[in-house]
Amino acid sequence: MLSVIQPTSSWYLILAAVLFGIGAFGVMVRRNPLVMFMCIELMLNAVNLTFVTLATALSNINGQVVVVFVMVVAAAEVVVGLGIIVAIMRRRNGITADDLSALKG
Amino acid sequence: MELFVFVVAAAMVLGGALGVITRSNPVHAALSLVLTLFGIAVMFVSHDAQFLAAVQVIVYAGAIVVLFLFVIMLLGVDRTEDVNIEPITVQRPLALIVSAGVIGIVIAAVVTSRDLLGRKVGGLDETTLGSPDANIRQVAREIFGNNVFAFELTSVLLLVAVIGTVLMARRVKSGGAGK
Repeated sequence: MLSVIQPTSSWYLILAAVLFGIGAFGVMVRRNPLVMFMCIELMLNAVNLTFVTLATALSNINGQVVVVFVMVVAAAEVVVGLGIIVAIMRRRNGITADDLSALKG
Repeated sequence: MELFVFVVAAAMVLGGALGVITRSNPVHAALSLVLTLFGIAVMFVSHDAQFLAAVQVIVYAGAIVVLFLFVIMLLGVDRTEDVNIEPITVQRPLALIVSAGVIGIVIAAVVTSRDLLGRKVGGLDETTLGSPDANIRQVAREIFGNNVFAFELTSVLLLVAVIGTVLMARRVKSGGAGK
């Protein structure tokens, strides 16, 4: 019976792990800094899903409170990161991560 | 029913995530990110975290992705990136191995601790008890009770981020450093 099967916490945790892996792969492979930021958001969301799942599984509301703070920090991080990208883009045309080699020795 | 919700939301999450890392156009990647974020919000609802689901939609899908799209449009970087060229020779296989290893390790950890987590997702007993706004009451009590100092610090963090971004992104008038 299909209706008998209920998704357990493990399903959500495994899904979050897969999402985190996809995000990590994207950060390592993509070279557009904007897309790299999006992949970082994917990883943050995977961790948020883990927190909420464990908050439910362990009946502890603190997991959801942590997610609130993670969201605030993620918003601040995106704002600062995009500000840096805008400032860099204003000085040069290339946008891929390979073009930003000014600090190379 | 719960299984159906999980399958649909998981399909949204994974499809959106694959879209983010495979679409060569940044605008398409940002829209795929919206799909993933909505899937995560659905999962939050199925975990009785209604407040977080609302915040997820408002902050992530409403603010962060719009910020991404604004920057993409502002900078005009929505030209397609060629995702087929590979600047470092074995970068992609290595990245695949590393990320698959991370996934494998976490899945192994989850599977071995299945007894601890094996209970059905029945909902957070304390939060779903009583009135429908019990979840937001509990979150608020915890934030403004035990974590009020951290909450105040987040306001400082946001203020610093806003001021720093405005300073970084403004145009320099003197023309010396600017374009």
